[in-house]
Amino acid sequence: MRKLRLVPDVTTFDFMRRRVLFLAISAVLVLLSIGLVVVRGINFGVDFRGGILIEARTHGPADLGDLRSRLNALGLGEVGLQQFGAPTDVLINFGEQPGGEKGQLATIDKVKGALGDTVSEYRRIEIVGPKVGAELVRDGIIATALAMAAIAAYVWFRFEWQFGVSALISLVHDVVTTLGLFSLFQLEFNLPTLAAVLTIAGYSINDTVVIFDRVREDLRKYKKMPLTDLLNHAVNGTLSRTVLTGTTVLLALIALVTFGGEVIRGFSIAMIWGVLAGTYSSFGVAVPLLIYFGLKQGSQREASASAAEAAARPTAKP
Amino acid sequence: MVQFEKWKIWMVVAIIVGCIIVSLPNLFSAERLQSMPSWLPKNQVNLGLDLQGGSHLLLEVDLNALEAERLESLVDSIRVALRRAQIGYTNLAAKGGAVAVEIRDSAQVETARGLIEQAANGLDINVNGPVITAKYNQATLDLQRNHAVEQSVEIIRRRIDEFGTKEPIIARQGADRILVQVPGDKDPDRLKKALGTVAKLTFRFVEENVSPQDVQAGRLPAGTEVLPGERGGSEVVQKRVMVSGENLVDAQATFQNNQPVVSFRFDSVGARRFGDATRENVGRRFAIVLDNKVISAPVIREPILGGSGIISGSFTVESAQDLALLLRAGALPAPLNILEQRTVGPGLGADSIRAGKIACALGAVLVMGFMIAAYGLFGLFADLALIVNILIIIAAMSVLQSTLTLPGIAGIVLTMGVAVDANVLIYERIREEARASRGPVTAIDAGFRRALATIIDTHLTTVIAAALLFQFGTGPVRGFAVTLTIGIISSLFTAFMLTRLMVVMWLRKRRPSVIPV
Repeated sequence: MRKLRLVPDVTTFDFMRRRVLFLAISAVLVLLSIGLVVVRGINFGVDFRGGILIEARTHGPADLGDLRSRLNALGLGEVGLQQFGAPTDVLINFGEQPGGEKGQLATIDKVKGALGDTVSEYRRIEIVGPKVGAELVRDGIIATALAMAAIAAYVWFRFEWQFGVSALISLVHDVVTTLGLFSLFQLEFNLPTLAAVLTIAGYSINDTVVIFDRVREDLRKYKKMPLTDLLNHAVNGTLSRTVLTGTTVLLALIALVTFGGEVIRGFSIAMIWGVLAGTYSSFGVAVPLLIYFGLKQGSQREASASAAEAAARPTAKP
Repeated sequence: MVQFEKWKIWMVVAIIVGCIIVSLPNLFSAERLQSMPSWLPKNQVNLGLDLQGGSHLLLEVDLNALEAERLESLVDSIRVALRRAQIGYTNLAAKGGAVAVEIRDSAQVETARGLIEQAANGLDINVNGPVITAKYNQATLDLQRNHAVEQSVEIIRRRIDEFGTKEPIIARQGADRILVQVPGDKDPDRLKKALGTVAKLTFRFVEENVSPQDVQAGRLPAGTEVLPGERGGSEVVQKRVMVSGENLVDAQATFQNNQPVVSFRFDSVGARRFGDATRENVGRRFAIVLDNKVISAPVIREPILGGSGIISGSFTVESAQDLALLLRAGALPAPLNILEQRTVGPGLGADSIRAGKIACALGAVLVMGFMIAAYGLFGLFADLALIVNILIIIAAMSVLQSTLTLPGIAGIVLTMGVAVDANVLIYERIREEARASRGPVTAIDAGFRRALATIIDTHLTTVIAAALLFQFGTGPVRGFAVTLTIGIISSLFTAFMLTRLMVVMWLRKRRPSVIPV
C-alpha cells in the first residue's frame, strides 16, 4: 500500500536564511495584536465582565427584530442579542442590573415576562456578579502567566537558558496573537476560551520542545557545523513529524468546530489558530532566536557525544 | 526496546481488561446498574452541570450584616444589664463596629464596665471618661464568622435535602463563600428563593399605645421598631423577642378553613415561654415576624399552652410549603448574596452531549483514517492504541469520579490529536533510522529509544500547564485540565507499552527485512 507522504523524506529548506523576515512578521503581528487589544479591546463574555446571559429557544425561527424591540422596552442598558447555532436559538446578554442579587433575579423574571410565549425553553441562564468576574480575570491572568513561566523554567532546566528564553518569547507570541485574533473579530472571550489559550501554550511548547530536542541532539553530533546549518538540519529533520501531528490535531479540531456545538465553538477556533501559530512560531521564532541569544556549540561546549555519533554525518548538505 | 518480558505483556493485558471492566457501567442506565449484583463496578463518569443540566450557585455569607446584628444584640444585652442594676445611661448605640454608652453617674462607671464585661464573651472594653466602648476582639469575630459560614452550609444542606434533590454539592469555599451545585431540572427559581431567604422567625408583642402621628414623626417608645406588614401597612412591635424560630421543632403546611396555613410546634423551652407570655397578656396582640416583615398580628384570646400554633397569612399552597420547609431547616445566621449563578436546562445539556459524541466520533475517524493513510499497518497499531487511550480516560474518570464537562469533551478530542503525536514522533524516528540504512530491529529499537526523551519532555511540559490550569482554573476549565492530564499520562502508556508491544510482536512473527513505515 502506498503511504501518504505530506513531506518528502529528506528536506533541505533554508528556514534560517529567512529568519529576519520571520521575526519581522512575528514582531509586526505581536505589535498589531497589542494595538488591537488596546484600541478595540477584547469582547469579554459574561464570565469575565459580569452580567447576565440567557440562551433561549423560540417557537419557530427566531424573529430577532421582534425580540430586540421587546427587550429594548425593558431598559436594561445595552442588550446583546444574537443567533446561536440553530435558527431557533438566541443568546441574550446584558450588563449587571441595579438592585443587588434581588435585582438580577427580578430582571430575569422581567425578561421572561417580556419574551412571553415566543420562547419555548430557557436553555441556559448565567448571572455573574462583577466581583466574581474580576476574580476570574485575575485568576486567568495568574494561571496563564504561571503556566508560561513554569514551562519556560522547565525548558531552561532541561536545556539551557537560551532555549528557555526563546521558548518563552515564542509562547508570548502565540498567546498575544491569539488575543489579537479575538480582538480583531470581536469573538467572545470566556472561560473555555481561556482554557483554549492555555492549551495553545501547551501545544506550542510541545512543538518547540520537539525541535529543541533535535537541536540539542545535533549539537552533540555535529560539532563543527555552522549554527545556522545545524538549526536548519534540526528543523528539517523534524518537519515531517511537525506537519503530520499538526494535521491530526487540526483534523480533531475541525470535528469540534463543525459538530462540537455552539458553546465550544470559540474554544475550537482559538485552538485552530493556536495550532497554526504554535507550529509556525517554533521554527519562525523560537529556533531563530537561539542564534541571537548566542547559543554556544562545538568546541565551546563539553564533548558529550560518542565518537560513533559524531562520525555519522548528514548525507545531504542543508 | 525490542525486548518484552512476559510479565510486562500480562501487565498490559491486565490494564486493558481492567479499564474495560470499570468503563462498562457507562453503557447502562443508572436503574439497570442498581439491579445488578453488588460486586460489579457501578461508578459512571460524573457529568458536569453543563452536560446534565442543573444549577450552580456561588453564595457569599453577608458577614457585615452578621456583625451588625451581633452588635444590635450586644446593645440589647447591655441595656438589660444596666437597667437591672439601675445604672443611669444615655447614648447607647452601635456605631462603627463597636457599642458605645455614656454613664450618667461617674461613680458607677466601674460597676457598669464590669456588667458590660459579663454581657458577652470576647469583648474589648475601653473607658474614656464617662463613655464606655465595647467591641468584639478579633479572635471572637473570626470565630463568629467561621461559625456563621459553617452553620450556613449546614442549613443550606438541610433546605436542599428537603427539596429531595439527589446528590447536591454544597461546599465551603474560602473564608465566606459557599458553592452549591444542584443537578437536575428542578425549578431553579424556587431553589434560589429558598437560599435567598434568611427565614428568621420571631414572635413579639405589638406596641399598641403609639399613634400614627408619632410613627410619622419617628417618636417611638424605647425598644420598639416599625416593621412593614406582608400585606401592606405596618406595625409597631417590640424589639424584644418573646419566642424565636430556634425553639421550633416542627412546621408543616396544612389547611384551616380551606386556607393554606403553616402549623408549628415549639420545643419545651419555647412552649413554656410562649405559654407564660400569652397567659399574662390575654387581649394583647402579638406579631409573627419573618425576616423583618409582619406576617400576621393576631390577638391573644386565651393562653396558648400546648406549645403549638398556626401561622395564617396570605399563603398559597406552595408558599406555605416553602415556609414550612424553611422553618424546619432553620434560619440562616446571615443573609446570602448570590455572586454567581449558572443554570443549564436539560435540553441544552443533552444537545451538548450529543454534539460532543458526534465530534468525538468524527474526530476519531478522521485521525485514525489519517494515521492509516500515513503509516499503513503501523498506523493501525497507533489507532488501536488511540482506542485504548480513550478507554483509559473513560475508566480513569469513572474510578476517580471526576466530572466530565463540555470543555472536558473538548479535552478528549484534543487528546486524540496529541496522543497520536507520540506515535508520530516514534514512527518518524524509525523512518529516519531506517534511512540511515539500519536493519529493521535496530531501527525500531533506536526509534523508540530516541523518541522517548523527546516524548517525556513534551508530555511533562503539557502536564505542567494542565496542573496549573487545575490549580487556578474554575469549574469547566478544571474539567478540561483533568481529561487532558489523564489523556497525556495514558498516551505515554499506550505509546511505550501498547504500540511497542504490537510492533515487537509483529517484528517477531514476520521477521521483516524492511520496515513498512
